[in-house]
Amino acid sequence: MISVYHYLILSAIIFSIGTFGVLTRKNAIVIFMCIELMLNSVNLTFIALSRHLQNMDGQIFVFFVMAVAAAEAAVGLALMIAFYRNRESIDTDDFNMLKW
Amino acid sequence: MATWIFYILGAVAVVATAMAVTRRNPVHSVIYLVNSFFALAMIFYLLGAPLVAAWEVIIYAGAIMVLFLFIIMMLELSPGEEADRQGPGALQWLPVLLLGAALLTCTLLLLQLDPAAGQAVPNWYASPRDFGYVLFHEYALAVEIVSFQLLFAAVGAFYVGRAASREKQPGGQQ
Repeated sequence: MISVYHYLILSAIIFSIGTFGVLTRKNAIVIFMCIELMLNSVNLTFIALSRHLQNMDGQIFVFFVMAVAAAEAAVGLALMIAFYRNRESIDTDDFNMLKW
Repeated sequence: MATWIFYILGAVAVVATAMAVTRRNPVHSVIYLVNSFFALAMIFYLLGAPLVAAWEVIIYAGAIMVLFLFIIMMLELSPGEEADRQGPGALQWLPVLLLGAALLTCTLLLLQLDPAAGQAVPNWYASPRDFGYVLFHEYALAVEIVSFQLLFAAVGAFYVGRAASREKQPGGQQ
């Protein structure tokens, strides 16, 4: 039988891979996708614990996380397009306007 | 049976995620990420959250990933497009094919679990009716706030996208 720990470990693995991607990739859009991935692993934690505690609130929070992720994707990709218009690149090494 | 499906789906999710993070071509990353989201959606179903599983496919794999793909195609970010003009090699599409086949197998196995015997339905099962009741009774204010947030995000996206294009026309006169 699968316990809640299996789901939590799977979620932790996926979150770690997402963090690894955020820290190592240079392409801003891929970094963005890794953030979506991390949000998804958090969703898995919410639903696993929602089932473990026999409580609906975890699933409700997944709904809100999805809404936030959709809003984030819309705004973030608009920012990417604006950056691309300015710099002709979305490499994170080129995002140094705020750096001294 | 459900235990084996969970292990297969977990392996598919981890492998697809790892491939998505390490691919050089962003389009390949998107494809692997869609596979990963499908595996996670089926895990959600196993956990007794069918509505969230459907949203995972519709919102994440459907809407958000298509948006990413659209932006990647629009900005022409795929490297080495001239290099593989003759189409991707077997080494590139075979892993996706294997992951997709594993997901399809899991879907069929899930369907095959007899619902009448209570195998397919987990002991904690949140039907869409229960979910909607809790969402619109206890969290009605939060739903309103989230809808406002989506509206603001849409306005912000329009503004950021429009400001850059408007800048070019008067920018020439400055």
